[in-house]
Amino acid sequence: MDTLISIKPLLAILVSLLAVPLIATSRSPNVREGWTFLAAIVKFAIVASMLPAVMSGMEISYKLVEVLPGLSIAFRVDAFGMLFALVASFLWIITSAYSIGYMRGLDEHAQTRYFSFFAVSLSAAVGVAFSANLLTMYLFYEMLSLATYPLVTHHQDKEARTSGRKYLLYTVGASIGLVLPAMLLTYQLTGSLDFSPQGVLAGNASRGTVALLLFMFVFGFAKAAIMPFHSWLPAAMVAPTPVSALLHAVAVVKVGVFSIVRVVTGIFGTELLHNFGLSTPLLFVAATTILVGSFIALSQDNLKRMLAFSTIAQLSYIVLGTALLTPKGVTGGMVHIAMHAFGKITLFFCAGAIFVATGKKNISEMTGIGRRMPFTMLAFFFGALSIIGMPPCGGFLSKWYLVLGALQADKIAIVVVLLFSSLLNAAYFMPVVYRAFFCPPEEALFEARIQEAPFFCVAPLVITAVISIGLLIYPQPFMQLATMAAAKFTGF
Amino acid sequence: MESLLTNFLAKYNYWVYIGLVMIGMYAMIAKRNLVKKIVGMNIVQTAVILFYVSIGAKKGKMLPIIAHGHGESGHQAVHAIDYINPLPHVLMLTAIVVSVATLGVALALTIKIYRRYGTLEEDEIAQRINEP
Amino acid sequence: MSAHYPALVVVIPLVAAFLVLIGSLLNKRLAFPLAALALLGALLASIGLLIRVMQVGVVEYHLAGWAPPIGIAYRVDHLNALVLVAVASVAFINLLGTRPLVADLFEDRLGPFYTLYVLLVTGLLGIVVTGDAFNLYVLLEIAALTGYALVGMGEGRAPLASLNYIFMGTVGASFYLLGIGYLYLVTGTLNMADLAARLPALYPSRVVVSAFVICLAGLCLKMGFFPLHAWLPNAYSHAPDPVSSLVAPLMTKVMVYVMVRIMLFVFTPAFAFDLMTISAPMVWLAVIAIVAGSFLALSTRRIKRMLTYIIVAEVGYMVGGFWLGNRLGISGAILHIINDAVMTLCVFLTAAAIIARTGSDRIDDMQGLFKKMPVTMAVFVIAGLSIIGVPPTCGFFSKWYLISGALAAGQYGFVGALLLSSLINLVLFFRIFEIAYFEPFEAQHGEHSPGPGRVLSEVQEAPLETLAPLVVTAGLLFALGIYAGDIVSLIIDQAIPVGIL
Repeated sequence: MDTLISIKPLLAILVSLLAVPLIATSRSPNVREGWTFLAAIVKFAIVASMLPAVMSGMEISYKLVEVLPGLSIAFRVDAFGMLFALVASFLWIITSAYSIGYMRGLDEHAQTRYFSFFAVSLSAAVGVAFSANLLTMYLFYEMLSLATYPLVTHHQDKEARTSGRKYLLYTVGASIGLVLPAMLLTYQLTGSLDFSPQGVLAGNASRGTVALLLFMFVFGFAKAAIMPFHSWLPAAMVAPTPVSALLHAVAVVKVGVFSIVRVVTGIFGTELLHNFGLSTPLLFVAATTILVGSFIALSQDNLKRMLAFSTIAQLSYIVLGTALLTPKGVTGGMVHIAMHAFGKITLFFCAGAIFVATGKKNISEMTGIGRRMPFTMLAFFFGALSIIGMPPCGGFLSKWYLVLGALQADKIAIVVVLLFSSLLNAAYFMPVVYRAFFCPPEEALFEARIQEAPFFCVAPLVITAVISIGLLIYPQPFMQLATMAAAKFTGF
Repeated sequence: MESLLTNFLAKYNYWVYIGLVMIGMYAMIAKRNLVKKIVGMNIVQTAVILFYVSIGAKKGKMLPIIAHGHGESGHQAVHAIDYINPLPHVLMLTAIVVSVATLGVALALTIKIYRRYGTLEEDEIAQRINEP
Repeated sequence: MSAHYPALVVVIPLVAAFLVLIGSLLNKRLAFPLAALALLGALLASIGLLIRVMQVGVVEYHLAGWAPPIGIAYRVDHLNALVLVAVASVAFINLLGTRPLVADLFEDRLGPFYTLYVLLVTGLLGIVVTGDAFNLYVLLEIAALTGYALVGMGEGRAPLASLNYIFMGTVGASFYLLGIGYLYLVTGTLNMADLAARLPALYPSRVVVSAFVICLAGLCLKMGFFPLHAWLPNAYSHAPDPVSSLVAPLMTKVMVYVMVRIMLFVFTPAFAFDLMTISAPMVWLAVIAIVAGSFLALSTRRIKRMLTYIIVAEVGYMVGGFWLGNRLGISGAILHIINDAVMTLCVFLTAAAIIARTGSDRIDDMQGLFKKMPVTMAVFVIAGLSIIGVPPTCGFFSKWYLISGALAAGQYGFVGALLLSSLINLVLFFRIFEIAYFEPFEAQHGEHSPGPGRVLSEVQEAPLETLAPLVVTAGLLFALGIYAGDIVSLIIDQAIPVGIL
């Protein structure tokens, strides 16, 4: 495999970090948002400019500084990292637009702080995507936890404080308590923390040690919200909706699963896990999270909380796909990062738009809302379809691959789990859509007069919904990137 | 039993300093009065100084002053074994200065404490602190 | 000139201390610039010394030209050169950062204050640079005596705390003196290099074993190693703020250095780690120190007191890391001496800046400080993250070495203690951040009445004179983190005897 030395990965990370002082010192809101947009677009452009090279099978690497003997802060852009960075940086542009509509629509306080930390979070997310070794990844992972804390607790009231505590305790607590010792133990055993396609642990550790490390990593990356380390995510929904949308549907939680997939493939290696028969316990954990998360989502009335539990379940699809250890399964899991991102961000945008336009948070208060906000609810419908995994949306594709992967691995139980959970998804999403459009006029709580949220709120959600649909027809470059990454990791 | 006694008598200087350290420590721990504690502290320091002084001493030997050093006899070899070891004694000059300085600082602080609380008994001071 | 660096490190501040006193009699405004010049000179000399040591290896200096064992030798290797730079820079930064505060607190006693300050630093630098065991005792007492006086200059309970500090400090120093007396008894020398050469032949001797135990006990008392820490929280938290931010970062760290020096270069590792089977008990004591220090820190709601308990835990880090007895652990301990000195300076300086503005050291009175003192609080956050151990701040990297060392030595209790204390530090600091960030709650929540102390609206950002050193210190935390690998491979690795794996 060819390797290209280039400073671009570092630039992509630094762009949004460098924008922070500009955002923080801007005199007027328009200038401030101008900087945010500029940073977002430049960031996406840099990431995208690396795409052709990555697509042609090259890897781009850059070593910043050697912090410990043999251990550096270093970056390496491969297909998998590219996929995630592309999704995150593209959705930042759209979320920035949405943030403007949402934050101004609600006249929120401390918007400068909000936009500043948003930019830092994105730096950290792309940093995780481009990390060449576990140490670099840990560094950006922690940075993300801390940078999102002021965003989660944006309202600065008692509820925000409680949730912020929970958020930090789970994410930072688990990473210090589990990931850090696991990382040190790995380094002790292998003398290396670099991600390599077939892992570094093979031949260096016994089955028991590998199993211990695996679960320290899987649970330690608590951002992936694998049960029982999931309850920070519903709590974090106190944040403003754009934060929930980008961070708790895309950047933060995906960083969690991204880290797990990275470690499973790059540190353990699929072959090692297969030989030690460790995929079954991992599958079991993921499947349990999928089912339990979906069941809890069924019982939620608060729309954002429902979306949060749905996210918990969906994240485990990705872990599940990886745990299958088959090319199709891994591909499905990786593509699901993109598909779920576009679908779920649409749903969050819709929840936020409804809140801005009507001030409603609960599903029971949204009967007949389709009459007032048809565009929003239509987008909600397509976003929901994508999450359920039905055509004409992109989510169908990733589920298709996951099922194929499960068949490839001869795990019929997993196929059943996948299908059953799709039913559950439909069971909690469809009533919302149904009651929004098809309720009897006397039950409707809204007049049949179209009054949508501000333009900056509605336009982004329409765009993401359209992309969700478009991804079924043309799933590139995500599909190809995922296929390439899966081929590399599984050795097929 | 006899060996213990001979041991004790042969090395009585060590037993003396150990005893003094114990007395000093006891005063520092058990006494409630700050000045008594300071006296205890000083006893500990003095005990250590005594220990150093005693290890330099030799029975029946003389001070390390070479008489007529500049005269004709100065060219004769000096037998160190005939003299007591002056080095520990010299070191202790410094240690004595240190102990005096410590005592000074401690007493100065005691005066400050007395002006503030009107007493030097520890339990009474603790009471005054907790009062308001 | 460069040949005299070892002496200059001590002589410049020593002479300057008297000049400060004389100068302040003429005009008390002279005290600060003279002190600053002296410490700058010491800092430059120690940096020069470090560079020289890195170029040519160990530097020997015979005071007044008397060769050891008759004269006093200053023997500077990588270890003390590194610690020298840390001590000199921490003292210098603190001197600059606390100037407005000192001018406010000790208006009429500027001369004595700065004299004592410079003398204290002289003592500490001397402890680090000397190669003579008895000379070390004298300098130890110089540092300690000036420390007692400085702590005692405070208001309220400071004199009482200082007196207790004297009692414990004197006993500790006396024990050390007694220990080296035993060594002198059997070897007839006080020069460290000579001692190390003559002791191996005498190892079975019970006198050497007693000397070892008594020395170690004295040093543990001086460094506030749990359970001998009782004097430390009171002395450091009741001391005047500019004094705490000098004494807290340096005193315990220099004592840990002395332990490393005596154990590795007087008793030699073969004796300390192999013959004396106390490594494991010491590590377990360190575990208890870390856990106890962390929980004690949780129990208080005063910021300076909390920070002093964190020091108790950090001393546990260093002692435990050292007694792991392997190269990784000792590297971690030495690295942590440097890192912890800077981290402690940073938190104590910010605490001083905050207390100067709000007039209270209760963490409950820190409401709304992120708005009122954004830069100070930003530095405080960075220092907090470093103490928690978040990369790329330096705290992460010393923890990295310590945990690696513990894993290599199979001391899983120590690993657990380090992780637990990181988590507790997380709680400790975010408890403060929460109060400063969330409170006072908006008017409609209205359950909190404004606390005592000054009304918040009067609180302003700290003066620029304080802010600049603060920002520099925060930058150092990152720099030490990023260059941790170089510091370890270029300096600390050279300092540890070759025999240790």
